[in-house]
Amino acid sequence: MTDESVGTVYVAQGGDWDDIVRGQADRGDEKIVINMGPQHPSTHGVLRLILEMDGETVTSLRPGIGFLHTGIEKNMEYRTFAQGSTFVTRMDYVAPIFNEVAYCLAVEKLLDMKVPERADVIRVLFMELNRIASHLVAVGTGGMEIGALTMMTIGFREREMILDFFEAVCGTRMNHAYIRPGGVAIDLPDDGLPRLKGVIDWLHKHLWEYGAFCNENPIFKGRMKGVATLNLTQCMVYGASGPVLRAAGYPWDLRKSQPYCGYETYDFDVITWDTNDAYGRFRIRVAEMFESLKIVEQCYDRLEATTGQPVMVEDPKYALPGQLTVGADGQGNSNEHIKHIMGSSMEALIHHFKTVTEGFRVPAGQAYVAIESPKGELGCHVVSDGGTRPYRVHMRDPGFNHLQAAPAMCEGAMISDVVVAVASLDPVLGGVDR
Amino acid sequence: MTEPNASDLAEVPAGTSAEQRVTRKGMWGQGSGDTSGYGGIVRSFERFPRSDRPYGSYFDEIVDRLHGLLPSVDLDHVVVAHDELTIFVPKGDLLDVLTACRDDALLRFEVCVSVSGIHFPDLVGEELHAVYHLLSITHNRRVRLQVTCADADPHIPSAVPTYPMTDWHERETYDMFGIIFDGHPALTRILMPDDWEGFPQRKDYPLGGIPIEYKGAVVPPPDQRRSYS
Repeated sequence: MTDESVGTVYVAQGGDWDDIVRGQADRGDEKIVINMGPQHPSTHGVLRLILEMDGETVTSLRPGIGFLHTGIEKNMEYRTFAQGSTFVTRMDYVAPIFNEVAYCLAVEKLLDMKVPERADVIRVLFMELNRIASHLVAVGTGGMEIGALTMMTIGFREREMILDFFEAVCGTRMNHAYIRPGGVAIDLPDDGLPRLKGVIDWLHKHLWEYGAFCNENPIFKGRMKGVATLNLTQCMVYGASGPVLRAAGYPWDLRKSQPYCGYETYDFDVITWDTNDAYGRFRIRVAEMFESLKIVEQCYDRLEATTGQPVMVEDPKYALPGQLTVGADGQGNSNEHIKHIMGSSMEALIHHFKTVTEGFRVPAGQAYVAIESPKGELGCHVVSDGGTRPYRVHMRDPGFNHLQAAPAMCEGAMISDVVVAVASLDPVLGGVDR
Repeated sequence: MTEPNASDLAEVPAGTSAEQRVTRKGMWGQGSGDTSGYGGIVRSFERFPRSDRPYGSYFDEIVDRLHGLLPSVDLDHVVVAHDELTIFVPKGDLLDVLTACRDDALLRFEVCVSVSGIHFPDLVGEELHAVYHLLSITHNRRVRLQVTCADADPHIPSAVPTYPMTDWHERETYDMFGIIFDGHPALTRILMPDDWEGFPQRKDYPLGGIPIEYKGAVVPPPDQRRSYS
């Protein structure tokens, strides 16, 4: 091999359109290399797709990632275990609760810690609401990209109701850092259950609209059916999970097969489809929202039954001191606790400082926890050397893994199918690049 | 395993747990006048202490099966902790072990869900670890394979021929740790720019950052703050 190129060199730099057309006419071929992204509205963030086209047919596709790499894993090695939640939540920012749960479960595994029942229920509640929100973004933006703009407007309308609930509980719409090693940061507010009831009623009223708009819509079906296919064999080759695998007919859901957070005690079904294509993945996402809603309703009953129970482990070594509540100004503070440490107890003040600045120690070892995120298997590998900071944290993001399958789904198809294919994988680049 | 300070471990009886094997040297606030608990305590311990049989759960079955299929391969370094099985695989035998894991009906790990690296600068001769998480959908089981290589010779055979889905995972591990996966179809950087120098997630690679000054007080960048580990 030499560095010298032989034959025509096709570049993805773009340039003046007239020059490109003239160059193509001079060469007398239909081949063109298109650089789609990283700034493109239908690449779900900063995904770069390098497409080699013959006319309108994709002959080769290479995804380029890394534009949103922020070194989260490296940063976590310099922060305490409790601060880790704040970092992982920024990975897949459309499904942040799942990052937090995966990370916290891994840390708790190393600590051999069991969280209180109510904390588990709140985690499941947040995960399932977040799953609905994430699927709404997936079907909403996916619809928008093929011209079904209403899918996006109603999708974000419903998502807003869920985010409002999150905000009422933990103060933020995203980047929550709400799930912490040992439980959750704070209990639901006094009006938490009525608010949740409002969200459930709203979703019952509106979730059916997605199916009504799209399921039998001839244009929608024309764009989605038989597009971006990945059959079961290919799914195994690419290690696909989540809706991609279930659209190939395999009922694999970690909530059922390797339950965590008490999922084995909830009643819900694993949705599968048998078409291997983007349409099947859409139908699965819509149906899964109803299953999640079923779980949310069960959480409602359990939250009602466990009112007043702890949401954090009792051990003061791990729980942050003070019961934080979101005040009228949107800030969290615990006046009682401040009065206690500043006014009456030196030991409590020392303990507060040790917990907050030094953090707790986690025994040396490593743990891998995988949970079913809306996109597939989200794994968190935590290595501890016995100190107060993680020695190494690695997140196995389903989007990262799934994007590898994009060439197999797109090559030989039309360029318009690329948009559908990427949307059906539902990658979120914050999670892909970390 | 190479221990950083073997003499510290000499008195520790075999069969103790990982936490018991930790030895600490130095005292609180030694020499620094710092009474906060930070005194540069030096800790040394065996990072991956071998577990004894029976391993419990389905772990014995997997290890026995691998021994049966590959009698010549040294698979004696097994760690069982937190209901997870870790098998240390000599890097020369990795491909055989992976192929057996995938193809044998009793093992049948269809998917390698994740490959990632860990850097232990204190483990001389095996500084770099590649960690493979395998998942068997058929049997609903998981196993972790761990392969070590030296910083001076960072080569590990690529799993891509056996598990095609590890393509990007190995590229990321190369990108972040500099482990070269021999036989990978296109081992290039994936997250960092192509012309980046260094491997960011190695421990000797600085985090970066600048000190923050506020009203005369200075907060050092995160990687220069005191560590209590």
